[in-house]
Formats: sequence, structure tokens, C-alpha cells
Amino acid sequence: MANFMEFFVGTVKLVFVGSKRYYAWMAFLILLAAIGLTAWTQQLSDGLIVTGMRDPVSWGIYIGNFTFLVGVAAAAVLLVIPAYIYKWGPIKEIVLLGELLAVSAICMCLMFVTFDLGHPERFWHLVPGLGIFNFPVSMLSWDVVVLNMYLALNLCVPVYILWKAYHNEHPNYKILWPFIIFSVPAAVSIHTVTAFLYSAFPARAFWNASILAPRFIASAFCSGPSFIIIAFQIIRSTTKIKIKDEAIFKLGEIIAYAMGINLFLLISEVFKEYYSHTVHLAPMEYLFQGLHGHDGLVPLIWTAIALNVTAFIIMIVPKLRKNFKFLNLACVMMFIGVWIEKGPGLIIPGFTPTPLGEVWEYAPTTAEVLISMGIWAIGLIIFTLLLKVAIPIETGEFRKPGLEKK
Amino acid sequence: MSKDKKTVTTVNPRTASRRKFMKGLAGTAIGATLAGKAMASANSKKSGFLTIHSLEEYLQKNYREMTKEEKAQVLARMEKEYSERYGKDVKVKDTEPIDGVKFTYALDLNRCIGCRRCVYACVDENNQSRENPQVHYIKVLQFENGTMDFEESNRYYDPEMVPEEGKYYMPVQCQHCEKAPCVKACPIKATWTEDDGIVVVDYNWCIGCRYCMAACPYEGRSFNWGDPHLPAEEMNPNTHYLGNRPRMRGVVEKCTFCIQRSREGRYPACVEVCPVGARKFGDMNDPTSEVRYIFEHKRVFRIKEDLLTEPKFFYFFG
Ligand code: SF4
Ligand code: SF4
Repeated sequence: MANFMEFFVGTVKLVFVGSKRYYAWMAFLILLAAIGLTAWTQQLSDGLIVTGMRDPVSWGIYIGNFTFLVGVAAAAVLLVIPAYIYKWGPIKEIVLLGELLAVSAICMCLMFVTFDLGHPERFWHLVPGLGIFNFPVSMLSWDVVVLNMYLALNLCVPVYILWKAYHNEHPNYKILWPFIIFSVPAAVSIHTVTAFLYSAFPARAFWNASILAPRFIASAFCSGPSFIIIAFQIIRSTTKIKIKDEAIFKLGEIIAYAMGINLFLLISEVFKEYYSHTVHLAPMEYLFQGLHGHDGLVPLIWTAIALNVTAFIIMIVPKLRKNFKFLNLACVMMFIGVWIEKGPGLIIPGFTPTPLGEVWEYAPTTAEVLISMGIWAIGLIIFTLLLKVAIPIETGEFRKPGLEKK
Repeated sequence: MSKDKKTVTTVNPRTASRRKFMKGLAGTAIGATLAGKAMASANSKKSGFLTIHSLEEYLQKNYREMTKEEKAQVLARMEKEYSERYGKDVKVKDTEPIDGVKFTYALDLNRCIGCRRCVYACVDENNQSRENPQVHYIKVLQFENGTMDFEESNRYYDPEMVPEEGKYYMPVQCQHCEKAPCVKACPIKATWTEDDGIVVVDYNWCIGCRYCMAACPYEGRSFNWGDPHLPAEEMNPNTHYLGNRPRMRGVVEKCTFCIQRSREGRYPACVEVCPVGARKFGDMNDPTSEVRYIFEHKRVFRIKEDLLTEPKFFYFFG
């Protein structure tokens, strides 16, 4: 117990003491989170009527963000594979950072789905044992299972590693490796199940495509690592953690291949729909060209395509990707591009036109956007705090009193 | 024939502005200060943070897991609450399915004149929200003669007189699919198919995830985005737990073939009100029923039959 108290006090110190930049960053995030939560109280008291969603388009940017973040969470851990194959030196650090990012992303995912519910207070209806769980029939029940399992897994592994390090001990890799290895298929499963959630029903032609799951995985390998590349640079410039340039460039290369596959799959989809020209084409027309004068998504999706293609070119040319300015630019472009593609670009055309042919345009309300930004801010707060504690343990600066590395 | 000038839409897409999405995002920049204003939706009867009134209500089990006694308690509690709220003697029934009955619907496209009387009879009978947004279980689609392409249909037609020359009308509501995708979708079994074939929702169990709406190929489901508006004087006090009892915001609802009527041998309100007798309803298992006659003697079809959801809702040309 005393042991734990010491750890707790040490953690609090770490979290509350930092550089000016750290304080500014946290203040900024807390402000956004506060605005978001204030907007959320409006939603709690008035209902989802404060959002832009209505019957014709019954899911919006909450679920869009959710889908995108599942990808980020999955990719963060899938990095274990290349990190291991290419022997990126301190693999433990990379695994650790990836898992902490996964934890933060999953927290955001869970917040986004909870905030999207009409009755979040009835969550116990979902809890096995208390409520009724329509497992294995409902794909949504699968998603609940895999996401929570993934969250638990990604919490346990880093906590164990860090706890050991805090005591200046080496983790027992005999216990650890099976978990790390298991986290790879688990990462694939969360994104696959999330894709199946959409592709499950023929009512929505835009989603009812077998290509959806592979596309999800490919685009996840773009968005997740893009975030990590930037996070790695910030981490190595502000802490004592060392991350090799090669590791970062290799990540860029992986992103390039993933984006190549993603674009290829996109072309396959576009070809099939446009060439066969059946009723299934309508949602795609709505997305890329506009339908019956409704073209709200058109500028967004073309922006996404422009961003993704440009970023792809930067990443595929070794000279460019080895220049940090270009690399970072490409990462930001890709992160935004994939967000559009997997967020609004995936969810809204699924509903437009509706199964009976109505074209009703969804647009998020201010409240909805503020709430979403709030959730992003909370997720980044979680990530920052996790790193703030984990990194000093990793570098040996934060140890059980008496065990500090000199 | 009819000159119904009531507004027909939940949300009218024709007046919805273009590029709304971009506007929504752009608005955010100045949003922080305007947030309060933008969100104050015109909702007169707000239930505030909680739609729950008691711990009992919060801990209530799924309807299908309740014992007889528990059901009786819940129904009594609801009757008391609704009676107080609407100032009339509200009855909440739990009439069970009749053994061996399989309810089926048939709609005569030759007769339908598109007057939308069924739409409003349904709203009145089933205590739907009257505004913000208005909930309609029935959508009457207008087609040009010679096409049945849903995308070319118009549900917002509003001429002086119906039917219009060269047009025909197809009302669509929940098709009570035998293999209902909505039931498959629900993560917590808040929606299911009863023994008599009616697909119902337990409003007190639904968490409002709307996955069922994404799964439904017929737009059979509506969501209560805000607190439903049900004026006390228009409230129909003859209700069923699985049917037309007042709903709270944040749950899904749908056509139940007027379960409060049909299980007592009465016709659904839409069948009763139709001025041209286009709507037929009955028990498919009864060889003498009208729907059975139609099924055996007319050329019937089901919309989106290729999805194999096996609707118990047939269309025919009488
Ligand atoms: S029409 Fe829709 S709501 Fe009705 S049973 Fe079929 S899937 Fe369910
Ligand atoms: S909205 Fe309600 S009925 Fe529909 S799937 Fe979700 S919990 Fe089930």
C-alpha cells in the first residue's frame, strides 16, 4: 500500500510539473474539453435534437470520428510487427508508445459512441449478466466485446512493463510476449469488426461491400502511423527517449505502401460502381458529384483525395520522405485526408440517398462539432498524461525512491 | 378528392441549404460563443436531463424477461404516470398474441389515391410526436406512371387535388419482415418479432444506438430526437405497452400494425381510415381471411424482395 502511495505521489508530481509549453498545451486542451462538455450538457438536457442528425441520416460525425479512431487505435499496435521485423532498436518503447496511443484512441471511441446514444444512462442494458447482450447475432455486440477487450489488453501490457521498470526490474517476457503477439490479431479484429458493422446490411449499398474491411485496415495504416511519426518527433525532442531516424522513415515508407493499397481499393470500388451503373451508384454519386443538387460532401471528398494523393507522392519518394519538413506535411495531410474519408465520407453517403430514395443532407450543428472537439481534447489529455508518466519511467528518471538511476 | 394541406415532412430536404456540412464546420470557429444560442431548440415541453422518473423505472427489466407480477406493476405505474401527465384515464395493456395468428398486410396500388389520410390517422392513433420533428410511420411515395425507381419518387408532393394525372402512389411503412434485419442488429434485444409476426420495440429498454435504423431497408423506424410533442387533448388513452403508449426522447419507434387494436380483432387505424379501401389486413393463417384471398388470387409482390427479408406486407394491383 505504502508502495502504491509513493507511486501515486510521484505520478501527481510528474503530471503537475512541466515546462511552459506543457502547461500551455494542457491549458489549451482543457479549455476545448470544457467547451465540449458544456455543449454536451445541452445535448443531455434537450436530447440529440441539438445535433444535425435526423431520421434520414441517423448517424453523423460522432460515429464518423468513432470509425476513424478505431483505425488509429488498431494501427498504433500493428506497428509492433514492423518494429520487430526491422529491429528498430528499442522495440519496447515503440510497443509501449503504440499501446498508450491505442488506449487513448479507444477511450475517445467509447466516448463518441456513448455520446451518440439516445440513452447513455441505460448502458447497463449492455452489461453481460445485468442486461441482455445480443451476442453473437448483433455486430454491434461484437464491437463492444472486441473494443473493451482491446482496451483491457492495451492497459495491462504497458502497466505491467512500467510497474516493473518503476521497480528497476525487467519484465518477464515469457508472460509478456503472448500478450503482445495477441494484441496484433486483436488490433486487426477491432477494425475488421467495425467494418463488418457497416458492411453487414444490404439496406445500405454504399457500405455493403466486401472491400470495406480491407480498406479500413489499409487506411488505418495511414492515419495511425502519421500520428505516431509526429508524436515520436515531439517525444524525442522534449524527453530523453531516443528514437532513431530510420524508424521514423521506415514508418513513412509503410504509410506510402498502405496509402497505395488504399487508393487502389478506392479505384476498384469506383470502377465497379460507375461502370456497372446500378442503383447502387447513387451514394457514390452523392459523394463525388452531388445528387439532385445536393453536393455538401463534394468539396470535402475531393479535398481528401487531393491530400491523400499528394501525401502518397511525398511518402513514396525516398528523398522527400527523408526530409522532415515534407514528411511532417505529408503526415498532417494524410491524417486529415483519412479522417474525411473514414469519417463523414463513409458515414453520410451510407444514408444518402435513403433506402426509399430520399436525398436529405446532413450537416453537423455547432453543438455537435464542439462536442466532438471536446472528445478529441479529452483523448489528447489522456495521451499526454499517460506519456508524462510513462516516459520518465522508461528513461529511468522516475523510480521507486532509492532505485533512481543516476 | 382530398385537399390535405397539412405539412407532410419530418424535415424538408428541398429547403435544406446546400453545403450545409461546410457551413457547420465553418460555424464552429465562432461557435464557442454562440453555442448556447444555436442549441436552444424550440422545445416547449422539456423533460430536462432525465427522462426517468423513478429508480423502479430505471431498473425495469426487458419486457420479455418480466414475470406476470412484474408486468402488472410496471403497467400500473405507467398508467398512473400517463394519466397524471395527460389528465385522462390512460390504459396501458399487454394483450398477448393470439395463438396461430400471423398478421399480414396487403395494399392495393390501383386504389391508393395518395390522400395521406392513413398517415395522419396513424399519428393520431399511435400518439406520435406532432412536431420537432413530426414522426410519421407511413410515407406515401408518388411515382410517375411507368417507373418504380425509389430515387425518382417524391414524398413531398403537395398538389391541390389528389390523385394527379399520370401518377400513382405507394405508401410504405414498416414491412414487418419475417427475417427482420433490425432485430438482428439490435445489440440488446430491445426490438423483436412477436409470435403473431409484429415487430415491436421496448421503449424502456432501447438505448437509442440507432443501429436498427441503419439496418432497415424500408425506413420503417423513427427516432425521437427530442422530447416528443403530444398535446394532452390529442392523446389516445387506449394504449399497449409494445405499441402506442407515450414514448420518451432518445428511443426508436415504429409501426406495430396498431398492436393495441389488432390483437383485439380490430383493424389498424390506417386500414379503417382509407377512403378507397386500398388497405387490407388480416391473419395469413386463416384460410377465409381477405389477405389470404388476395395472396392466393391476385398477383402480389413485395418491395425490395431481393433482400430476402420476407416482409409480411404485400402490394398488389386489385
Ligand atoms: S421494415 Fe424495417 S423496421 Fe420493419 S421489420 Fe423490416 S427491417 Fe424491421
Ligand atoms: S436503437 Fe434501440 S432498438 Fe434500435 S438497435 Fe439500438 S437499442 Fe436496439
